[in-house]
Amino acid sequence: MQGESLGFIFLNAAVVNNFVLALFLGICPFLGVSSKKETAWNMGLATLFVMLVSSMSAYAINWVLGELDLMFLRLICYIAVIASAVQLVEMFIKKFSPSLFRSLGIFLPLITTNCAILGLALFQTAKEYDFVQSVVYALGAGAGFTLALMLMAGLREKLELADVPAVSQGAAMSLMLAGLLSLAFMGFAGLGA
Amino acid sequence: MAGLPNQTEKLSLDTFLRGLWEENPVFVMLLGMCPVLAVTNSTMNAIAMGLATTFVLVASSVLISLIRNLIPKQVRIASYIVIIATFVTVVDYAIQAISLDLYNALGAFIQLIVANCVILGRAEAYASKQRLHTTLVNSLGMGAGFTLALLSLGTVREVLGNGTLLGYAVMPADFQPWVVMILPPGGFFVLGAWLLLFAWLKQRRDQRLLQQEGAPHAG
Amino acid sequence: MSDIASTPVAQNTLGFRMVRTLGAIAMLSGLLVVLVFQFTKPIIAENQRVAIEQAVFQVVPGATSRSDWVLTDSGLATSGSDGEVIYAAYSGDGELKGVALAAGAQGYQDIVKLLYGYDPSCQCVRGIKILKMTETPGLGDKIAFDPAFLANFDTLDARLNGAGDGLANTIVAVKHGRKTHDWQVDAIAGATISSVAVANAINRSLQRAAPLLQRELDRIRTQTNEGGAD
Repeated sequence: MQGESLGFIFLNAAVVNNFVLALFLGICPFLGVSSKKETAWNMGLATLFVMLVSSMSAYAINWVLGELDLMFLRLICYIAVIASAVQLVEMFIKKFSPSLFRSLGIFLPLITTNCAILGLALFQTAKEYDFVQSVVYALGAGAGFTLALMLMAGLREKLELADVPAVSQGAAMSLMLAGLLSLAFMGFAGLGA
Repeated sequence: MAGLPNQTEKLSLDTFLRGLWEENPVFVMLLGMCPVLAVTNSTMNAIAMGLATTFVLVASSVLISLIRNLIPKQVRIASYIVIIATFVTVVDYAIQAISLDLYNALGAFIQLIVANCVILGRAEAYASKQRLHTTLVNSLGMGAGFTLALLSLGTVREVLGNGTLLGYAVMPADFQPWVVMILPPGGFFVLGAWLLLFAWLKQRRDQRLLQQEGAPHAG
Repeated sequence: MSDIASTPVAQNTLGFRMVRTLGAIAMLSGLLVVLVFQFTKPIIAENQRVAIEQAVFQVVPGATSRSDWVLTDSGLATSGSDGEVIYAAYSGDGELKGVALAAGAQGYQDIVKLLYGYDPSCQCVRGIKILKMTETPGLGDKIAFDPAFLANFDTLDARLNGAGDGLANTIVAVKHGRKTHDWQVDAIAGATISSVAVANAINRSLQRAAPLLQRELDRIRTQTNEGGAD
């Protein structure tokens, strides 16, 4: 969509249509790495970076495939580029911060199968964003993802001290919390109108 | 993946049933949650998504099992992803050809099957190590389990949120729909409620087992 | 290629095996995708044609056939050019019944996309169909089916102004029950933002399209193949 202001695109991706709480993208890492605030923060940043790289690459892929009239190979190209971007981030983190590498664990390579990233590439294509809009969209989506992760981590740190029935501990409780967060985020709807 | 033998597995009924219950990808392993939550606001969407995912799961597992000895270890993930993406593209075009309405309702989530961890998880943990026929049966079971999970969310959300099932009214006329159920929070709540139910059932079963074991000792 | 393959050393190196495997998989998958794409392409195109036609005939009452044109800033161009695709719709005897145009605006949750029918002879909107929205079920989503709301668009006034470069009256949504003029849209109570989005989308689109269409009316008045039908 032409003519959408950049500020609105950012806000839309970050809160109104938050990737985790409104569009259900990236639930696995959302539930998996949100038990500590520090890990959540780092995971959020790593995802944000991969999102930026993938968003720009997706824009380039669209252009190349459009020129060659090979749009049906789009999905395969996206996922290949995302996988490489994740490898890059993984090597980078492993070299510069082994402790962070250990704390993210299996969830780092799993960014590849984080649907938030592939979703970002697909949505920006569907919305026909130009290059700058795509980058802003990626930044907003990454910021929204980090925000959701941090909120969840903060809640779960408190929850560890709370006295909940044993049967509801774990995933069930996290999902209920996520539902409440999602309910709260619905209040952001209408911001753009 | 606890309890999964490393050597090749003998084909048994359990190969199929495990995916439905004991190792249900959604309720037990908590994998592939994104589509489970996103497209289950109606039963029809849930069925379509379940079938599409099952097809990709079975086709890619079978192919990977067939060529498992030809793929060098270092490039296995890349190979799996390319294979999965291929089948997803196939499904994507097939659904567009079958029904545009369905395609529009599922939106980007068909293409997002690529990023469904259930499929890559199966490829890595099972198909790359097991023979063809066990892989086929196991992936069918996993797909059925996944579809079952989608259905159990889709029906509850549609009945409560819209008062209908597959588009037909099932609730009394004066039923006020719980709109929140078909909105995003409803997805989290219903899945949370199902997990709670299963946890409660498991707890009760464990307690009963404990009592049964405890009884003879006491006597 | 065959030289390398025949030397046993090269055959056994890991690098060669990796490249060979990945290459083979990529080629196979490419082949499969192309086959499926070629097979489904005509079916998908047909599905899309039916979907477009249904929508066009719904927003332009009395239409039974259509031809596609492209609206650019300088006027109409033949189908296939760059620009906004519009659909001229004709009755059975080839008379222009109206033009269907796509429009979109930000709604409550996300963009609302719709198709509306513009009748150049009465200079009014004759019908709308919501194509895509994620408005709140039970409230905002009524814009798609609420009969009282849709009645706004049976004959929504969209006359040109004196200069002929825009609409005489801005199409606006007013609060439920406050509609006094034919160019106003009576909003749904409890779904004002969604109703405003619909009015804004049509207004923005028509402010640009109506003058162009009126100027080029002769080219689309009768059905020709110039625009390119199906």
